[in-house]
Amino acid sequence: MDNADGIVAHIPPLRRYARALTGDHAAAEDLVQDTLERAWKRFRLWRRGTNLRAWLFAIMHNVFLNQVKADQGRQNQAIDIAEVNLPVAPPQDERLDLRDLNRALRKLSAEQREVILLIGLEQMSYDEAAKVLGVPVGTVMSRLSRGREDLRLLMNRGSATAQLKVVK
Amino acid sequence: MTSTKVSLPELDLHAYVDGRLPEKRREEVETFLAANPQEQERVGVYLQQNKMLHALFDPVLAEPIPPQWRTPDQRWNWRLGPVAAALAWIALGGALGWLLRGELTESSGKNVDFARRAAIAHAVYSPEVRHPVEVTAEQEEHLVRWLSKRLGGDLKAPHLVDLGYELVGGRLLPGEQGPVAQFMYQEKNGQRLTLYIKTDASSERETAFRYSQEGTVGVFYWIDHRLSYALSGECGKEELLKVANAVYQKLNP
Repeated sequence: MDNADGIVAHIPPLRRYARALTGDHAAAEDLVQDTLERAWKRFRLWRRGTNLRAWLFAIMHNVFLNQVKADQGRQNQAIDIAEVNLPVAPPQDERLDLRDLNRALRKLSAEQREVILLIGLEQMSYDEAAKVLGVPVGTVMSRLSRGREDLRLLMNRGSATAQLKVVK
Repeated sequence: MTSTKVSLPELDLHAYVDGRLPEKRREEVETFLAANPQEQERVGVYLQQNKMLHALFDPVLAEPIPPQWRTPDQRWNWRLGPVAAALAWIALGGALGWLLRGELTESSGKNVDFARRAAIAHAVYSPEVRHPVEVTAEQEEHLVRWLSKRLGGDLKAPHLVDLGYELVGGRLLPGEQGPVAQFMYQEKNGQRLTLYIKTDASSERETAFRYSQEGTVGVFYWIDHRLSYALSGECGKEELLKVANAVYQKLNP
């Protein structure tokens, strides 16, 4: 898919990634829109035969980074879990777990979250994730390893209080 | 055999979780895990994390893609769009205004502006091939609910199939004082009509049909139940009047 249809084929995963990355429906849609806007504008700069997916996710990464930087003054803003768009309604128990996971994801650093999502959700290879993020593979690996472990610990801690938090 | 390995490179554990190990290495890792329940549990949690991420976010994949995301043709839709759209709007308005200067100066006031804006919106959107509307008629219920909410009125998209016009869909537009809705209809030969609606809360009155010829676009406009309507088309005054009558009747059954 060396033509514009190639971009379109990647829109659903870009959107999934954006939703997971931001945890917010509106912010995610904006992120996708900004990404596509740039992608369409620069499409001529994309070198045919190279990895279009990595190119698109790299654009999203840069847009996201700029937003994170812009938000840094407003760090620590609490995310209201009730506002986080959970796109699924699985059985009750599972939903609690998923909410826990979603909440824990928000507590990771953006860097860890990106790596976990690119690899665990978008199923990129470590090389591809490194290309998207513009860092060495070793850095990807250490973020992945730290991130997964932090996520595990956060969820262990979270499960004790999940019952209370979910009430709203 | 199990006792020979006390630990495993962390990298291999993750590569195992992500299914990126060659088969031989994978088997070795499995053997190691079988002998190290603690590590096995940790790996199990990581595997579970990936599964849950998919459960949580895969449904996003099925959401319909907004049409404006599918194309580099972003003139009316992107954030830069409004600027370009406004410029085109002004240019078109200017051109139409100049062409119609006779008519505009003789009749005065807001209603003429309304008809003119409706005509401009018609002229801008009805030739669109790929993106004539923001929301298509397939999602009619959503479309009507959305536009009603945005306009703060109870909108309806009258069905004109008996007159040979199918609903294409609709869009939200900026009006002079707030949001305006546009429904688009199409006849089988491609001829399009647009119904342009704004809320007119200040006005209780109803008006008769008025007609305005804006360049090649004819507009019938009227006020009814606190909503202002303008039906625009290039199909000729008689045909347009017939449809305007039908629209009025369908809105007042």
